[in-house]
Amino acid sequence: MTKRVASLALALLCGLVFGIGLLLSTMTQPSKVIGFLDVTGRWDPTLAFVMAGAVGVYALALRWIAQRTPWLGGELQRPARGDFDIPLVAGSAIFGIGWGLSGFCPGPAIVAAGSGAPTALVFVATMLVGTVVGGLLDRR
Amino acid sequence: MLAIYEMHPWLYALLGGALIGCASALLLRSHGRIAGVSGICGGALERPTELWRVAFLVGLVLAGLSSTVVAPHAVGASPRSLPLVAIAGLLVGVGTRLGGGCTSGHGVCGIARRSGRSLIAVMTFMFTGVLTVLIVGAP
Repeated sequence: MTKRVASLALALLCGLVFGIGLLLSTMTQPSKVIGFLDVTGRWDPTLAFVMAGAVGVYALALRWIAQRTPWLGGELQRPARGDFDIPLVAGSAIFGIGWGLSGFCPGPAIVAAGSGAPTALVFVATMLVGTVVGGLLDRR
Repeated sequence: MLAIYEMHPWLYALLGGALIGCASALLLRSHGRIAGVSGICGGALERPTELWRVAFLVGLVLAGLSSTVVAPHAVGASPRSLPLVAIAGLLVGVGTRLGGGCTSGHGVCGIARRSGRSLIAVMTFMFTGVLTVLIVGAP
């Protein structure tokens, strides 16, 4: 019982801190994201610093976490291995088109939807439909 | 507070990124899970009984909700029309599910792990993202 509560509380905390990070770094402003992708126009490099900060901290933390058993037990999740395949490239290409169109990727969109922003609510609704559709395509 | 207020936007970005890294590291240390938002979303839909995913997503929503009080200008609307945003959402849902990750799972966790697959994913979605803005135009 206590482990279950700890699991939910820690996951909630992770989501909250993750969301505050997205807000602070202006990832929740789609026009900033589009500005970052506008490399041939008025390029706004701000979001490169978000990546640098996140990757830097996570890479350092990995040296401490790797090879350790998670606090809540079980094993560390092993990501898909191997080289590249068609779904990886095709899926990522489709994702990039949607990202460039709207300025939203999943995390910031969910945070923005939480604030009640109408464009984000529409985006998250169709994104969830797309996730289910993608899952069906993936299973075939 | 005033000192933070006057920071350069790049410092905000760096600090926000560091928080994202901390949250991702905490999820890996506590649950042993990779903090990929699209993956957590897909998992929450397919295995809703594993409640930690739902809790993580509620955390994201709470951050957004609290921003309406603390920092009302932190969230912006998409500059595109609603139909275009709806199509974009569909593409992001399908694409991240097929590609096995988004900006967080591949972009942050994957790159930090020096995963070859993630590097390919990031280069691909950056390329099509840039190409899309080039074609559709920045507002």
